[in-house]
Amino acid sequence: MQIPIETFRLDNGLLVTLSQDNTAPIVAVNLWYHVGSANEREGRTGFAHLFEHMLFQGSEHVGANEHFELIQRAGGTLNGSTWLERTNYFETVPSNQLELALWLEADRMGALLPAMTQAKLDTQRDVVKNERRWSVDNQPYGTWWEKLPALAFPSSHPFHHSLIGSMEDLDAASLEDVEQFFRTFYTPNNAVLSIAGDFDSADAKALVKKHFGDIPPGKGKPPLEGLDLPDHFGETLRLEVEDDVSLSRLYLAFRSPVFGSEGYYAASVTGAILGMRQGSRLYRSLVRERQIAADASAFTFDLAKGRDLLIVDVTARPETSAEKLEEEVEREIDNLIKGGVSDEEVQRAVALIQTDMVTAMQSASERADRISMFATLLGDSSLVNEQAARYNAVTTERVNAFIRERLGPENRAKLLYVPRVKAEGNAEQEEIEVAAS
Amino acid sequence: MTLATRPVPGPAREYHFPRFSARRLDNGITVIVSTVTKLPLVSVATVIDATALMDPLGREGTAELTAEALREGTASRSGVQLTLDLEKLGTSLEAGADWDSTVASLTVLKRNLGEAFRIFAETLLSPAFREEDVERLKAERLAERMQLLDEPRGLADESFSRFLYQADSRYASPASGTSKSVSAVSHHHVAEFYKKNYLPGATTVILAGDLTLDEGISLVQSTLGSWSGQEKAKTVKADRPSRLTRAVEIVAKPDAAQSELRIGHVGIPRTHPDYFDVVVMNAVLGGLFSSRINLNLREKHGYTYGASSYYDWRRQSGPFVISTAVQSEVTAAAISETLREIDGMREKEISEDELTLATSYLEGVFPIRYETTSAIAGALANMVMFGLPEDYFDTYRANIAAVTTAGVLAAARAHVRPEELQVVVVGNPEVIREPVKNLPIGPLTVREATED
Repeated sequence: MQIPIETFRLDNGLLVTLSQDNTAPIVAVNLWYHVGSANEREGRTGFAHLFEHMLFQGSEHVGANEHFELIQRAGGTLNGSTWLERTNYFETVPSNQLELALWLEADRMGALLPAMTQAKLDTQRDVVKNERRWSVDNQPYGTWWEKLPALAFPSSHPFHHSLIGSMEDLDAASLEDVEQFFRTFYTPNNAVLSIAGDFDSADAKALVKKHFGDIPPGKGKPPLEGLDLPDHFGETLRLEVEDDVSLSRLYLAFRSPVFGSEGYYAASVTGAILGMRQGSRLYRSLVRERQIAADASAFTFDLAKGRDLLIVDVTARPETSAEKLEEEVEREIDNLIKGGVSDEEVQRAVALIQTDMVTAMQSASERADRISMFATLLGDSSLVNEQAARYNAVTTERVNAFIRERLGPENRAKLLYVPRVKAEGNAEQEEIEVAAS
Repeated sequence: MTLATRPVPGPAREYHFPRFSARRLDNGITVIVSTVTKLPLVSVATVIDATALMDPLGREGTAELTAEALREGTASRSGVQLTLDLEKLGTSLEAGADWDSTVASLTVLKRNLGEAFRIFAETLLSPAFREEDVERLKAERLAERMQLLDEPRGLADESFSRFLYQADSRYASPASGTSKSVSAVSHHHVAEFYKKNYLPGATTVILAGDLTLDEGISLVQSTLGSWSGQEKAKTVKADRPSRLTRAVEIVAKPDAAQSELRIGHVGIPRTHPDYFDVVVMNAVLGGLFSSRINLNLREKHGYTYGASSYYDWRRQSGPFVISTAVQSEVTAAAISETLREIDGMREKEISEDELTLATSYLEGVFPIRYETTSAIAGALANMVMFGLPEDYFDTYRANIAAVTTAGVLAAARAHVRPEELQVVVVGNPEVIREPVKNLPIGPLTVREATED
């Protein structure tokens, strides 16, 4: 399956991709800025995400929260999200409202700062602190988002620190930081714009030029330092965390080739063989047959710089101790290295991934987002049409070579969540209660 | 440098919900096909009138276990084989039971539809329900129940339902059962539930995607045409409120970093004639980002990452809930602000601006909701389980557009009842008990978190 792709670049550096599909009167506008938590300076963890919130607080011609209101009034959906390497903003609107979405995005790319105030920053700081409490601090295993990257990337590495940020660093964020961040990173030459759905190509191009064409380019951004890392951790890294959880959980990470590289596809297929759906190895073995785990999955982080991570995530059954869980998951990995995977396992994984890719292309928003991903991270939107071929090219030999090279003990990082032992009673009683309930 | 003039939209292009046709086969199965040819995909959603309200007393969760056990193998295929056979075709079967139906669904590339559907049909015709598989599903369910106690959001939702409904009303306990009720279910009970409730006359197979009506009918006829069965179960009244006066409960979570807050009361059934007025009213109150409650709690006060309200639509009266998570110290203040917004909805008509924000949003997002074959199949499944008219989707936007500020006020006065508000807080009692106790929200009880 191929989707239509038309790419051009404005003089100010903005890379634009159009993907037309007139089946329904819907159009998706999707902007990726090539900045994420990796670009934060020391003492400002969480700033890229806090900044994303500020982008909904208005711009020169748009009031606070008006972006939300205008898009919803137009009958559209919208949001934004922040990740280690990028921040994205997106709207899906009825196709006659395309210009509104472009105008709103252009106004905040071109003229955010006139709308920024201390009061808005203070409110969004509180909102983000509550987001942190909600998604990290008050969620079982919620800290894994920051503990695993902290374990798997050295302290000097841009991917090491917390994306949501510490309360102290959020407190320290100032309007000056907002201004500096905006001028450095929120520039047309550090962004890609993708439009997917129902439009006329000539009209859409004219609208993009009209609204984005006069935004001056930025002066460039400081390069990320120290991204490159050896292929392996060099040893098994391990962190044990007590948490308010009833069931132990192991996150087992392997350093793996970056998103989009040849090795990435073998890593991605390995992840699917290990932990995609109920027919995967870990699910069949640990959940279904031996019944020591309540759930098992595996996935890649999809990082395009330095090194990616392949992550296995297994939750224990109540009667399975943390030690046993750790031992059994590693035994499965060791068996995989020894015995390799079969052709059938590779075919199963690729078939599931292929269906998911076609399914995702039904939605204009998903289409635009994936185009932006390839354009931002790999500089080439048309790669969206090559993914099926890339996955089909993955052979059993290549998967087995990847497994031998990357899944050994010299390349494992283990984050183990262990139920907190309650104040009264000793650990043994605790276990008995758990098993009996 | 950027343009001050706001764009004015041109005329909207015509849109209609994908066309669909329904046929009844001789054995009673209804087949609905919606042809959508954008991509070579087909989504299947099979709706069976086998619900959690048919769970035997003391064995709540049987409907859900039965649905899950469909994936665990047939007379001729083990569970592992069944799973692998489908996954090699690039798909997997999802199955679950809720208050109003059992739904089994999958999405598959068109070229694999025939084979995948034959395997799926086998799960309906000859499920194995082997003891070891049902026991494993039960053990997984018990593990989930333990995890619920660690998870404030789920715990708050469940505690709220329990506080809202009379203890012997089915809606008071979770659709998928508690550890106690699930432990009482055996593979025999699962087989019995299947025999009694999985009947062709109670089944609708929905196919949405790249196929024709004839292809769909012949596919279902050739695989499920011989399926027979007739008994029929009765459902029970499940929605009696526990009380009609204000009350508040704190579910203790001493180390909680936030308070998970649920405020509301028993709502109205999905087929209530005021449905559209209530949907628009709720959008203004707490359904949209720019709703009164979210703008107040999040954007004005910074108490929360988000606050919303919703009616949980069921055949009987599901909960009306305002849901948010706030910093522990501001729990009482957040409740007060919420009560203020509730009163405001009933005091006077909303502005024309608020009305059009809600109605134009609901009209506009309608096509966006149905971009995928699985969303189309899911919408048709809702139509079936709630018995909505066949022109429901074609008249939806006109029905929304017809809502007036007077209608919204009437809906708020009839269906938001401040004197009956129930409040549940999952949080740290040491911090929140005193401030919450001083609010005019009825008697306060504090209890430990439990799950059965």
